[in-house]
Order: sequence, then structure tokens, then C-alpha cells
Amino acid sequence: MVIQKRFGLSLLVLSCLGLSACDFNDNDGAPAPAPTPPADVSYSYEVTVQNLTQGQPLSPVGVALHGDAVMWEVGMSASAALEVLAEGGDNSDFTAAEGVMASASGAGPIAPGSSETITVTVVNEPDMFISVATMLVNTNDAFAGITGHALGELEVNQSMTMVLPVLDAGTEANSEVAGTIPGPADGGEGYNADRDDADLVSFHPGVVSGEDGLTMSVLTAAHRFDNPAVKLTITRVE
Amino acid sequence: MKLKQLTPLMVATGLTAMSGFAQAAELEVTVQNLTRGIYFTPILITAHSPDQQLFNVGEAASTELQAMAEGGDISGLETAVDAVSADTVANPAGGLLMPTAATTTTLSTMDGNTALSIVAMMLPTNDGFIGLNSWMIPEEPGTYTVYINAYDAGTEANDEIRGGGAPGAPGLPVPPPLEDLVGTGGSGVTSEITNATVHIHPGNLGDNDTEAGMSDIANTVQRWLNPVAMVTVTVSE
Repeated sequence: MVIQKRFGLSLLVLSCLGLSACDFNDNDGAPAPAPTPPADVSYSYEVTVQNLTQGQPLSPVGVALHGDAVMWEVGMSASAALEVLAEGGDNSDFTAAEGVMASASGAGPIAPGSSETITVTVVNEPDMFISVATMLVNTNDAFAGITGHALGELEVNQSMTMVLPVLDAGTEANSEVAGTIPGPADGGEGYNADRDDADLVSFHPGVVSGEDGLTMSVLTAAHRFDNPAVKLTITRVE
Repeated sequence: MKLKQLTPLMVATGLTAMSGFAQAAELEVTVQNLTRGIYFTPILITAHSPDQQLFNVGEAASTELQAMAEGGDISGLETAVDAVSADTVANPAGGLLMPTAATTTTLSTMDGNTALSIVAMMLPTNDGFIGLNSWMIPEEPGTYTVYINAYDAGTEANDEIRGGGAPGAPGLPVPPPLEDLVGTGGSGVTSEITNATVHIHPGNLGDNDTEAGMSDIANTVQRWLNPVAMVTVTVSE
């Protein structure tokens, strides 16, 4: 370690010397060449989302890079864009939200046990914050994700892994009634502008299912989940 | 010779480090209720010496913990922690902490009170409570987040029907803010205590019949998955 540090330092000193030598040579009366703008620097991140549930496909993952802000908060009302994602699995409003500087979407739903890696890239923005969200599609409005997570400390080839709890967008009652769940368990309606629940984002209480006493539910024991439901790894690759 | 000289020096250094660790601290503590539909009764936040504990998983609850878990009464625990010179904030939310709401308080800790514990009953449950058990307060200034789980005191059968909050009284206490949120006429989920020690709560069962069925708890709203609370602790410089 000590040797490496010293070696790096001496290289730095040498390159400084080289530069000042160049500057000196330029000062001979000839017009200086136009300064070349610094080369663009790309910051590229691989976002891997794995579905840890037994029976909840994840909707196509929405990934957004933005400044220091959050796209939802427990105890606050969900944005319309989050409502669209959490009720219907559509991430297009979420990834196009105001302030988003780069975004990407998963290619399709992620089946239980499967994972997908999505790449998102931003140029000349070293201190981005990331938001990632996906719906558990066999629910009324359950989703998982992170928001406003700082990426500035992440070095190239460094990664961070976390497991995520399931959140409730609070925009649609968790009735589990036929026609209200967009996933394959029901094939019902996704987004609906009505807000008939707490209208506050919270942790999700879990699905009940018809087999556990919610008589009107179209869900079965196979759709139940517990925390954590999603494994998320973010790796800076460039 | 050299070894002998070194040993007392190392011991002395160790002692210095320990006394540094046990120093007084200024804390800001936030407790957020993360649940969709569970209310927290008055919260007890206490910093105490690490050899004291409000509860232990796998051990029977004290009568003071039982009073908190069954009826939300923290006065017994408060007396108990005062007796061991703990630094305590009782009821920072001034009553019930609503679903997703947060409460913030400051806590000055004395030398030696390096462990933080937090408890509050969860409503509607029979004897469910949120519990942070002797979390070691970091010495280094900064902000720390801890997610905490729901425990069952093991002192009352989880019948999930209306009743009382006094220790030993069966059923759920239903204070006025929950009057319209808790059903009636349930036949009772169970009358047995199958684990009489403190353990992770199995969760509410509930049902979707507000006037009959087994439970007076609403199954789509008054359930939870762990964690149920987020504790944020800021240690000042």
C-alpha cells in the first residue's frame, strides 16, 4: 500500500513537471492554440434487480438518475408518476419525471427468482443520485425500490448491494378484488386516477389472499410475500 | 523486562478507550411508524448502561413490559429505568403515533448510558410492541438508521377481539381514535398463549367482516410485515 501510494505521488510530480515544461515552450510569442475542451467523462451504472418473491412478477424496472432529491417518501403522498408505476407497472412517467437527467427501463417483467441488469449512463455528472422502482404486479399498488441514493462515492468497478422491503403507494385500497390487479393473477385494471386508500406511502402490510380469510380476494397463498422482496446491486462500470 | 513495561501501558490505554466510549452524548432520536395501519401508543426512549435490558427475546416479559405491551402503559418501565439512572424521554409523540407519522426528540445521555432501547405498544394488537433492545450508541458523531421489528410479549393470547388493556385483561384495548377502525362481534382467533416468552410477533390475522368473523382486526389494513419502525439517531459532535 505504502509503495503504491509513493509511486502514484512520484508519477503525479513527474507529469506536473512535464506540463510546466510545455507551458514554458509555448511562451515564445507565437499565438497559443485554442484550448481543447476537457474530454467528456461518462458515468455508467449497471443496475441488477433480482426478484426474491415466490409469486410476484416485477414490472419492468424504472431507473432514473437525478440531483439530490427523492421521488417518494414514507408518510408523504405518492406522485402521479409513482401511482402509475405502482398501480399499473408502467414506468414511463416515472423515468420521465422532472429533474431526471438519464433514465433506463427494464426490457420486461422479472419472474420470481430471475434477475435483469439495466445500464444507465450520464455524461459529465459525477455526483448523481439514483431512483429505482418496480411494481409487484399481483397486488393493487405494491412496489419496491430506492430513491435519492447517492452515487458520487462509487468508484469504477465498485458496487453496492441492498435488499429492499415492499412499499405501499397508498393510492389504491388493497382490496385484492377481481378486476383491480394487473398481474397474471387477475389480468385486471392497472392505473386508475382515483385515490381510495390512505394516500400516504407506507411499508406494505402484505397481501392477505382468499386462502387466509379475505373472501373477496383473487390472490392465493402463492402470491404472499415478506420482506425483503428484491435484491438490488448497483455497479459503476465507467 | 520490556514486556512487563508494555503490559501496564496497554491496560492503561485500554481503560482510556473504554472511558471515552462511555462518555455523555447529545442525541436526536426520530421514530417513524412505517406501517399501513398500526398505531403506536406512547413511546419510551431510554439510554441506559449496557447491562440493563427492557426485554430479551426468549425470556418472559417483566410485569412492567407486560403493562406496556398489553395496554400501552409505560409508567412502570419509566420508574424502572429511572431507578437505574437511565436517561429517558417518555411519550415524545404526545399520545398515539399514527401510521407513517414520525416523532423527533433530543436525549442527553450521562456517562455510562451507552445503550439505547425503545418500546411502544402496537394497536390494534393484544400484546404486540415495537422493540429496540440495547442498541449500542455509536461514539462517532453522525446519523444512524435502525429498522426495528414487532415483538409479541407472550403475556396475552392473540384473540384479536375487543377487550381491555390492563395486564391480564383479555382482548384489545380500543382507545377513541381507533373506535371506528376496529370491528366488533369477533368470536376470537385463539385463547391460548403458545409461547410465553418475548418473541417476534406472528402478525395479525384479521378478517374482512367488521361485525362478526373471528377477529375485530381489518385484514387488509391492520397487518404488517417487518420492519415496523425506523429509528434515526443523530449523535452530535
